Amino acid sequence: MDGYITEHPILEFKRGKKVKFCFEDKEIEGYEGLPIAAALHAAGIKVLSISERYSRPRGFFCAVGKCSSCLMEVDGNPNVMVCMEPLRQGIKVRKQKGKGQKQ
Amino acid sequence: MNSSAKNQKPRSQKNIQNFSSSKLPNFDICVVGGGPAGLEAGIVAKELGANIIIIDDNPVLGGQLIKQTHKFFGSKAHYCGVRGIDIAKILTDMVDELKIDILDNATVVGYYDDDTLGILRKDKLFQIKAKTYIFAAGASENMLVFENSDLPGVYGAGAVQTMMNVYGVVPGRRALVIGSGNIGLIVPYQLLQSGVEVAAIIEILDKVGGYYVHAAKIKRAGVPIYLKHTIIKAKGKDCVEAAVITQVGDKFECLEGTEKTIECDMILIAIGLSPLCELLYQAGCRIDYVPELGGNVPYHNESMMTSKSHIFVCGDLACIEEASTAMLEGKIAGAKAYEALYGENKKSKEIVEQANKELSMIRSSPFEQRILSGKEKLKA
Repeated sequence: MDGYITEHPILEFKRGKKVKFCFEDKEIEGYEGLPIAAALHAAGIKVLSISERYSRPRGFFCAVGKCSSCLMEVDGNPNVMVCMEPLRQGIKVRKQKGKGQKQ
Repeated sequence: MNSSAKNQKPRSQKNIQNFSSSKLPNFDICVVGGGPAGLEAGIVAKELGANIIIIDDNPVLGGQLIKQTHKFFGSKAHYCGVRGIDIAKILTDMVDELKIDILDNATVVGYYDDDTLGILRKDKLFQIKAKTYIFAAGASENMLVFENSDLPGVYGAGAVQTMMNVYGVVPGRRALVIGSGNIGLIVPYQLLQSGVEVAAIIEILDKVGGYYVHAAKIKRAGVPIYLKHTIIKAKGKDCVEAAVITQVGDKFECLEGTEKTIECDMILIAIGLSPLCELLYQAGCRIDYVPELGGNVPYHNESMMTSKSHIFVCGDLACIEEASTAMLEGKIAGAKAYEALYGENKKSKEIVEQANKELSMIRSSPFEQRILSGKEKLKA
């Protein structure tokens, strides 16, 4: 949980309760209610999907739900915009390959 | 989460439960977008007496204000000396006080032929109808093409600002910033405040694009600004590990032998924004290409009315500018949308006159000449 800002001259961060969730097959901790992408980046995970044609790694770009660069599979559903989707206890998040497939 | 978000109260949502039923909810004015422009438009229209709703795709109102920790300039009427996050709070409180209907977490996905909006909220699709629409959908950050620009670690500068100031997460340890407009100058300063190193800011032109005070502040903090430089590639396997920059000549050609490798795990793109015009295209509004205003923008007159008399625009969607002017244009759009339905009255006239007066004051600055000439082009 290194990526969280702990001290800030202006802002005070009120976070939700700590929850556990799965990325690929690894268990990760994060704060409930934060976007999934924020929790992943705080845990050092930046590659969110693999591109369709050339299998290139992909990360987020806009972080405000506009660009669709952060689509991942969440609980078997592809194309979830993880920069907007709030983190919940026990969800399973996977890197999406290409356009994604419903599990 | 941050100081503006934690004070959010549940607000008036009386009609929302019925939105998925067959009966179409009807409003005088529907405002799309709950940022500085949309909120001001909604507040003005409601105060004048219109039945309005504001639709926003975020869980909290305020648009991009919720990540702006810097203090605003201008006069007291434009919230001079107040931080963006606190302006969001002030506007949100006004919305609550006026009991304005808010549809949050809702994305407008279509503008249909019968002048209804298609809305997606929590996996449910439904429609609403209004007599008049005010679009304040904002803008999205521009991308820059260079080798490996698709690697994770190449982010919009505003995106990193959202991650750090709204969610308290930094997606990297050392950043390179491309572009020296106000965003390109403010975000690196805020990165430093969050404990992130900033390697440099690079700017392809021969002068800094943003305000002098912001540039001076970041220079005092020891961050170099390389003028007449551009990025040619990002290096790294799965994520950004370094960037190669180069000096450019008078015709923006890369000068051989001036390449420099800069170690960084984030490349922040701060080269401008583009208005989110999609819904206006769908509505059949005239869209003009005016580079001064941010590219393709909906045509609008001084009343912020588009080529359709029941559709108004304001904020970054009308022209890429800043929150102070977005709020003023929002007031004009709100008052004019009201007048389009109920005719002019003393109060609405006063609001428009006052907003226009303040707008021309802000736009008398040399920084704003570009906007003025853009607005002139729209008239042609």
